[in-house]
Amino acid sequence: MSDKKSSAVASESLARRTERSNRNGQVVPEDCEHRATQPAARAVGAFIEVKNVWQTYGDQTVLERLNLSIAEGEFCTLVGASGCGKSTFLRLLLGQERPSKGEILLGGKPLAGEPDASRGVVFQRYSVFPHLRVLDNVAIGLELPRSALLGRLFGSAKRAAREQAAEMLQKVGLGHALDKYPSQLSGGMQQRLAIAQALIMKPRVLLLDEPFGALDPGIRKDMHALLLELWRETGLTVFMVTHDLAEGFSLGTRLMVFDKTRNDPHAPNAFGARITYDIPLNEDRRATRAALDTLPAHLTDSLPTAQQGVRA
Amino acid sequence: MRLINRHPDRAGRLLLVLLPFALLLFAYFTASAQRLADNPNDKLLPSASQMIAAVDRLAFTEDKRTGEYAFWQDTTSSLTRLGMGIGIAAVVGLCLGIAAGILPLLRAPLSPLLTVLSMVPPLAILPILFIVFGLGELSKVMLIVIGITPILARDLEQRAREIPQELLIKAQTLGASTWTLILRVVLPQLLPRLLIALRLVLGSAWLFLIAAEAIASTDGLGYRIFLVRRYMAMDVILPYVVWITLLAWLMDLGLRQLTRLCFPWYEGAKA
Repeated sequence: MSDKKSSAVASESLARRTERSNRNGQVVPEDCEHRATQPAARAVGAFIEVKNVWQTYGDQTVLERLNLSIAEGEFCTLVGASGCGKSTFLRLLLGQERPSKGEILLGGKPLAGEPDASRGVVFQRYSVFPHLRVLDNVAIGLELPRSALLGRLFGSAKRAAREQAAEMLQKVGLGHALDKYPSQLSGGMQQRLAIAQALIMKPRVLLLDEPFGALDPGIRKDMHALLLELWRETGLTVFMVTHDLAEGFSLGTRLMVFDKTRNDPHAPNAFGARITYDIPLNEDRRATRAALDTLPAHLTDSLPTAQQGVRA
Repeated sequence: MRLINRHPDRAGRLLLVLLPFALLLFAYFTASAQRLADNPNDKLLPSASQMIAAVDRLAFTEDKRTGEYAFWQDTTSSLTRLGMGIGIAAVVGLCLGIAAGILPLLRAPLSPLLTVLSMVPPLAILPILFIVFGLGELSKVMLIVIGITPILARDLEQRAREIPQELLIKAQTLGASTWTLILRVVLPQLLPRLLIALRLVLGSAWLFLIAAEAIASTDGLGYRIFLVRRYMAMDVILPYVVWITLLAWLMDLGLRQLTRLCFPWYEGAKA
């Protein structure tokens, strides 16, 4: 508990330093690298640790020498130019790909080499099952782990799963559309469904790959509010890839910029991207969260309304 | 207005649909009447009354020797063979298609094999089937199965590969094993596509059925057609061809309705 408090303080000073360097316009690569390694030094028992990770495809290097350490409950937004490896990094976290070199630790243990229930995911498209109604799209997450033979539940177990799914759907604002098929939903509602689907599994990590990239600006705003609310409530660690810099700044508690630090014009694929900026953001949210975490668990559990009040 | 922008209205559409059929019938019966006027014993283009008499004789009169109604007997045995052939082919094709389309370890050995096998002309190996399976029902069913399974399997493999990778990953993050992923995500999404693939191979299935019946059989629609060919009995052949066409069309219609009924999500999901 106490080291979390001190980490909050440390990140606060870090934020001030970042601002200063931005004002002076002294953004030199060495300085960036130094700052990028700062958070790693700060948290010792980090939730997710990325140790010297490289990702190469043939002779194309996409990511090089990634070293990161992420505390539990962090909201990381990943930005950068197209093709700079931020989605690759997300795929590594998801377990869809394995790093060519280095390792990623989740809670101190090496990350499972394939996608599993510990990490939820929402893609930009094709995140929901077109052949299932909205309710079953969420309930399937409760059915699959409990029935190894048929992948579905029957009778009262099924009813209970559906009730739980309906509750989750209510929370994301889809309570009126339980019987619809995804194709009958708008793009924004489909993404709400995808989020509900991911959250029903109570994952510790939520990975979002440009989840709102295809949505209208107004709907995007609503989705931001929803996402932040769910993040506060669940204490998830979130990684979100986005093209929208403003989105990255307003949502995250930590913004990571992916870019190449070295570039050989004769061999554009020779060098991979690194994290050139690692900026702590939204101190207030981070501080509230840290303060909450210092409270004894029995207190916060018994006072759900007060907790929400503080967090909101 | 340009031709490409002109659409028929409801009544006009119906008229346009019926017109080619009416023209065909008109052409046939004019030619038939002409030939029969020249030679009343002409057998090539029988009149409607001759065909009705033939159908009445085969379908509604008891055969004196066997006590059966030949037309219905032929229809039942043909449909049984066709149904068994298509059913087995559908199940095998679906399994092979899923295995090759979803599991990379099985795709490597299966996919090239299926491509090669689908190039074997089924009728060319019909003699082999007769030698191996005998002249009974089995060889006829096997011809249909061998003829259409590779096509079904290849089509379903392709469709399985078209399922977005994202969905398979999502299912894994929801706790699916390979088996439950196939059962709850892949299979339901492939079933409507199987029905569509079946509609497309229905024509080939009939072809193989009639070919097998023509060569070695004692009943069946194909058997009857090839039997009466010896007497140039066009008054029997033509109604049989019409009946086969009607059955095939009804099956196609049934499969289409089944898709719509069982998989209401499918039309919307394609968009």
